[in-house]
Amino acid sequence: VTDDPTADAIEGAAAAKPAEPTCPVCGEIVYPGYVFCENCGHRLGDPPPAVPGEGGAAPREGATIRQSSASLARRRAAAAGTRPCPECGGAAIDADGYCERCGLRQPAERDHVEIGLPAGGGPAGPDANGSGALVAAGASDRGRRYSRNEDALALAAHAAGVVAVVSDGVGSSQRPDEASRAAADTAAAELAALLDAGRDPEDATRAAALKAADAVAALAASPAEAPSCTYVSAVTRGGALTVGWVGDSRAYWLSAGRGGTADTVREDTRPDATRPDGIGPDDTEPNTGDTEPSTGDMAELGGSRQLTEDDSWAAIMVAQGALTEAEAEAHPNAHVITAWLGADAGEVRPHVATFRPTGPGTLLVCSDGLWNYFPAAADLASLLGGPGGGPAEGPREGAAEGTEAAAGEAPEGAGDSAPEGAARAAGTAEGGPEGGPAGAERPDPAADPLGAARTLVRHALDAGGRDNITVAVIPFPSPPVPPRTHPESTEQHR
Amino acid sequence: MSEQPQFTIKVDQNKYLPAGGREVHAIVSVEATGPALPSPAAVDAAVVIIIDTSGSMSYPDSKLRAAVAAAQTAVDTLRDGVEFAIVSGSNSAAMVFPQQPGLVKATEGTRQRAKQELKRLKASGGTAIGSWLRLADQIFDARPGAIRQAILLTDGKNQHETPDQLNAALARCAGRFVCDCRGIGTDWEVAELRRIASALLGSVEFIRDTADLAADFRAMTEAAMGKAVADVALRVWTPKTATLKFVKQVMPSVDDLSGKRTESAAQAGDYPLGAWGAESRDYHVCVEVPPGEVGKEVRAAWVKLVVPGAPGEEAQVLATGNVLAQWTDDEALSTKINPRVAGYTGQAELAQAIQEGLEARNKGDVDTATARLGRAVVLADQAGNEEITALLRRVVDVVDPATGTVRLKRDVDKADEMTLDTRSTKTVRTRGAETPTTRKDETVPTRRGEG
Repeated sequence: VTDDPTADAIEGAAAAKPAEPTCPVCGEIVYPGYVFCENCGHRLGDPPPAVPGEGGAAPREGATIRQSSASLARRRAAAAGTRPCPECGGAAIDADGYCERCGLRQPAERDHVEIGLPAGGGPAGPDANGSGALVAAGASDRGRRYSRNEDALALAAHAAGVVAVVSDGVGSSQRPDEASRAAADTAAAELAALLDAGRDPEDATRAAALKAADAVAALAASPAEAPSCTYVSAVTRGGALTVGWVGDSRAYWLSAGRGGTADTVREDTRPDATRPDGIGPDDTEPNTGDTEPSTGDMAELGGSRQLTEDDSWAAIMVAQGALTEAEAEAHPNAHVITAWLGADAGEVRPHVATFRPTGPGTLLVCSDGLWNYFPAAADLASLLGGPGGGPAEGPREGAAEGTEAAAGEAPEGAGDSAPEGAARAAGTAEGGPEGGPAGAERPDPAADPLGAARTLVRHALDAGGRDNITVAVIPFPSPPVPPRTHPESTEQHR
Repeated sequence: MSEQPQFTIKVDQNKYLPAGGREVHAIVSVEATGPALPSPAAVDAAVVIIIDTSGSMSYPDSKLRAAVAAAQTAVDTLRDGVEFAIVSGSNSAAMVFPQQPGLVKATEGTRQRAKQELKRLKASGGTAIGSWLRLADQIFDARPGAIRQAILLTDGKNQHETPDQLNAALARCAGRFVCDCRGIGTDWEVAELRRIASALLGSVEFIRDTADLAADFRAMTEAAMGKAVADVALRVWTPKTATLKFVKQVMPSVDDLSGKRTESAAQAGDYPLGAWGAESRDYHVCVEVPPGEVGKEVRAAWVKLVVPGAPGEEAQVLATGNVLAQWTDDEALSTKINPRVAGYTGQAELAQAIQEGLEARNKGDVDTATARLGRAVVLADQAGNEEITALLRRVVDVVDPATGTVRLKRDVDKADEMTLDTRSTKTVRTRGAETPTTRKDETVPTRRGEG
């Protein structure tokens, strides 16, 4: 499925060394099946740290880890008969992918995927800007209802930050899994390349979305058979975040400031490029030529909030005042989207918005498999640890039961819910541990972005897993020094 | 057999099980498509015709005359080059043509001589069907690779050998040739002939009017010569932790094959299907699997159409299909019953209800007979099986077809009852109209973003 030669090379190395008792970087004992070292985050499939200058791969490729790489080794090993069936331990797996002893359909490579993007933009290692800490991580899961994972996730580093792209295949289209894969891979590579070439983040975001749209449209065999998907990208660069989206996959800002879980002043934080009707594409002021985004038209980002506004029927209904948010979410059309990538999408006009956080936090990019259960930024923050996290109420059982979202994420027209949402969010941030999901760990996303991504996916699965679930976690600002990765750092929140 | 026909296997099922669900049902349709079938002339075939010449065949004498005429028609139908023999059966079996046990190639000359020999048949003695089958088996022994088809005509019960003798003969002959069975008159036993036909993978029919016998023999002979592959089997693999509950043929007739299983490979058993021509047959497979967690998918059965090889040889696989199981907490998925599974389940139950009802009626158990035949009326109505419905109404008075309230008729023509009994296993093809379950309807001009 992957055509990424880098991923192939990585896989080859992983397959050649099936059992690695210790991490080659830090020496920590690791267990079979671990993709990353629990201690230092080194990607265990990677070759041992190379002498600088050795190897033909460009530095960027070493840091660009694609979704397909994490589990491809397992798949290939299974195909070669070396990986036993996870159900019964049987060694024979037939060509259709079923165990010849117990019949289990072997996990597909995309069923569950975890990715970590090491700090430093080069091969992870002691010299590479410190210790293999992750500057971004992501997880994607098939969920409990669908037979395959049609979401896709790609992470990449550029010279001054991180790129994350999440795409959700449209279930009513043909080959949606191919569409999302093409969108994520194309856009992540394009974003990293454009940013390295000095392009402005908003301009790069728009260009990458359009290139992804072209890649997805090219998959169509005919207009009647058009693979399609949603799209959301996030870029960190300097002190700013830029998001771009088409459809209903989302980006959130989760503030690390304790108690600051919601903005109360929406007018100050709305992306100015988004029109008040909430559905207009942003095609203004691309800021071309700036190497550093100007702050003139950039929203300041304080408390936790949703950064994107869905291209969805529900969002339109709410924006027009036809339905309340709760009514819209409960409607059968709630998940009908009004914009997507695909040959039948017409002209694609990505929304783009840039924000300048006023303090540290986490940029979260996800598909609706996560936000269906946790639509409010405060809900998401409550699942995670760290300074801004902490328990809130338990997971909301589906969007249908969702009431007002926290302020700052509601589309125009739901603004009068802001004070209540803010109050609730602020209140829950002070709640005791008993208010949170019982026994759940809440990793600090700044210290353990992979753990945070894993935790969010786990919560969506526990809440029902009705859809594919994909989440990317980007600590902001990127950890400049090796972060604390010992479990004690999160235990204080239990 | 220089070439194999193109076989396909299609599986109809609802793979979704509720949490804790165990039983997986599927209809496996096996079809051989025409264009790739070898020309019949290229296929080796051997036909043995077995005519009952017990004394009862001359009461009335028209039975024997009809049997001789039908056998002559069958002989005329034989294509040049097909090998054949004719056997007469009473207390023991005897060669009619050729004189010594063996097969003769059909030519104009052999056909004429065979027809002359048939004219000389006289009826006397008893009925010992097992001995007739043993002679047929001896004759077929010379042609192990050919299509081997016997046609057996009788008018009586197997009175002149013990049930054990018949069972032993069936055990000996099973898998060695296919035998279609025909009954004439009303003194034979439907259940007995059905058992013989089932063991030998053939059909059973009641030829009520002997005037129809010749046409039926012609049809059987033509069908035998239309076969393209001699011995195929359904090979069913199941997970180590699973139990295969049953394998039933459900089209063209209901026949439980479960008892015919022979272990053939690791976790797999073969169910012999006999010879196959340009035809399709449907099978109902039921597997019990240990419950899995929601989201898990397993192959509950791997069904292959095979030509089993000689001992030590690999079987030739003609087609394969998967029976799957996936656990879901979505009741909309798990509660849906595949229409073909439902249709054939109903028809299998219909056959059982008729047979049990008639058996109870003959034993004088009026309550059971009324209940079972009443149930049959309901099932026949549901299946839209008008032929069975009409036949049932000759045996019972229907008070309420919806609830199955019936009264047994006082005077029932024996031939009507035997027709109903014989036809009870014949099914009408169930067509599935299942809509895709994993894809949501497209909404125009907007679309669902859900996967």
